[in-house]
Amino acid sequence: MSTTPKATDEAPVPEPRTSEDVAAETPAAAAIPAVDPRLLVREQGFKGYVDEFKRKIRSGEIGSLPVVIGLIVIGVVFQALTGNFITSYNLDQITLYAAGPGIMAVGIVFVLLLGEIDLAVGSVAGLAGSVWGVLATDMPDSLAILLGILSGTLLGAFHGLVFAKIGVPAFVVTLAGFLGWAGLQTWVMGERSTIPTPIGSFVGDLTKYYFADVAAAYGLAVLVLAAFYLAQLRDSRRRKAAELPHRPHSEILLRTGVLAVLVLVAAYGFNQEKGLPLSLVIFLLILLVTDFVLRRTTYGRQVFAVGGGIEAARRAGINVAWIRTSVFMISGTLGAVGGLFLASATGGADRSLGGGNQLMMCIAAAVIGGTSLFGGRGKVWSALLGILVLQSIVQGLNQLNLESNAIQYMITGAVLLIAVIIDSVSRKTQKSAGRA
Amino acid sequence: MSQTPVLALRGIFKRFGAVQVLSGVDLEVHAGEVVALVGDNGAGKSTLVKTIAGVHPIDEGVIEWEGRPVEISRPQDSQNLGVATVYQDLALCDNLDVVANLFLGRELKKGGVLDEVAMEKRAKDLLSTLSIRIPSVRIPVAALSGGQRQVVAIARALVGDPKIVILDEPTAALGVEQTAQVLDLVERLREQGLGVILISHNMADVKAVADTVAVLRLGRNNGTFPVATTTHEEIIAAITGATDNAVTRRQARTAEVAQ
Repeated sequence: MSTTPKATDEAPVPEPRTSEDVAAETPAAAAIPAVDPRLLVREQGFKGYVDEFKRKIRSGEIGSLPVVIGLIVIGVVFQALTGNFITSYNLDQITLYAAGPGIMAVGIVFVLLLGEIDLAVGSVAGLAGSVWGVLATDMPDSLAILLGILSGTLLGAFHGLVFAKIGVPAFVVTLAGFLGWAGLQTWVMGERSTIPTPIGSFVGDLTKYYFADVAAAYGLAVLVLAAFYLAQLRDSRRRKAAELPHRPHSEILLRTGVLAVLVLVAAYGFNQEKGLPLSLVIFLLILLVTDFVLRRTTYGRQVFAVGGGIEAARRAGINVAWIRTSVFMISGTLGAVGGLFLASATGGADRSLGGGNQLMMCIAAAVIGGTSLFGGRGKVWSALLGILVLQSIVQGLNQLNLESNAIQYMITGAVLLIAVIIDSVSRKTQKSAGRA
Repeated sequence: MSQTPVLALRGIFKRFGAVQVLSGVDLEVHAGEVVALVGDNGAGKSTLVKTIAGVHPIDEGVIEWEGRPVEISRPQDSQNLGVATVYQDLALCDNLDVVANLFLGRELKKGGVLDEVAMEKRAKDLLSTLSIRIPSVRIPVAALSGGQRQVVAIARALVGDPKIVILDEPTAALGVEQTAQVLDLVERLREQGLGVILISHNMADVKAVADTVAVLRLGRNNGTFPVATTTHEEIIAAITGATDNAVTRRQARTAEVAQ
């Protein structure tokens, strides 16, 4: 029987051993108890968590930590500069303008998971906005919205097919799209530079409608918390039944508690203003659905697999071309949905919609939130965290009357660079710690 | 050992363009037998293995599975029969954890949703029956050592309950201790009644675990030896072609008797 002195033995000893066997073993192997390291962490109580946290930081598994610190720093700095940054008004404004780019950033997360990039997402958003705008003037609103979104899906499929089937680097395909679709957008708009949102259009409601009833925000908060708690509890129970390491009830309660503070404070803030914004509800819905797809379905697993090793994915029978094409379709679709939010926020379709720094905002949001540029690592929630950071900066600068693009561009650029540096350094650290 | 081989190749021919890679190769693998496939570079080992794995369909010859002739023209055909291949480049997804890698391409599902609990449980059972020790089945494969990655790759091949496992140079990149772990694993596969085809350049490994050595030379069989009664030198001679005449064979025999 071979012994591995260094490896922790988590598997139960397969056969009864004689005393000779045990004596023959190295002392190190015998000394390590047969439990999963994660269980060990929990058994040590609070100290175990601190040790685990330190170990993760040292080995470069920082996850969302930089962005959480970033959000706190932004809050403190702007609060100090303006005196009234942390207000329910700003919460409302940030959320309102975060939804569009945030939804586009969710699509970017999918593409980044493959280790690719979609530079066309801003132009796709702009084109989808103008397709909707032009069609909405002489077509039922819902049909125009559907066609606008489908135009994004179609453009995404085009990017994906050229990339996956012909083998043109995604960076080049989408760069061509970035220019081409912006041109097409201007062409679709024709003589008009703007088309105002028709009265009664759902697109107008996207950023204007609020669930004004106080119960809406609190109700949603309680619903989210209950779902979160029950899902964790159920998972823990199932793991316990299967005799696998599971979260103790105390940890689930702690997690739910932390989430509860955040969610309830946000709900209170929204209720101080106009209520629960529809844009937030849709954004959260998209996040929940995409998170489910990525983490709990075969398709999501395949996306991660293609991002982690194409050869391995192919040998496992995964249709790599389809995964690539479909991911770009998702990116295009979410880009188009984001475009409708942009149109809603600016009051209608516009020639310059989706232009400017929109594209960089989306990519930056995904990366700042903690999705790796190198593929295979990330969560859709990074889109939410990242866009909150960026939109908070924009809001803070607006409040300081620094609305000019100059400062905003420089700061956004710097934040993006810092995020990529953190990503690269953490990857290097992970490599040297044997975790990448 | 059963009389009917699980897998038998008879008179396999394979040509790539003008190059005749395999000419009339025979090979038999029984249940619970480790067959080492050895030969110099370019002898056709990899091609032979790829014909079994369905990567390269054969031009001529018969492949028999449990006595019945079968056709293997795609990798899926081979997998469906019960052949699992572990290639030299392990092809694991570094970012996915051990469980995800083991079940990649055949995830267990419950109502259309990934059943992580069932997969983790089966992964643990599988690893423990093979006495594979890994710190945690939930760490990314990137965090494992070369030997651990190799045993994960082999374990991955076993998820589909194969009857024949093909290992392509499993110890080539490993250190002494890790090599021992992989060889232990090969022995456990044999104990479980699997047929193993082991490609190796390392004679020590071959002598250590194989029951039979099949030598290929320039695309032809150059002898099949029972390991127990064959010397290191005889195998080397068959690989390099030094046994091509009766004289050397006789010399080798008399030298052995003299010792």
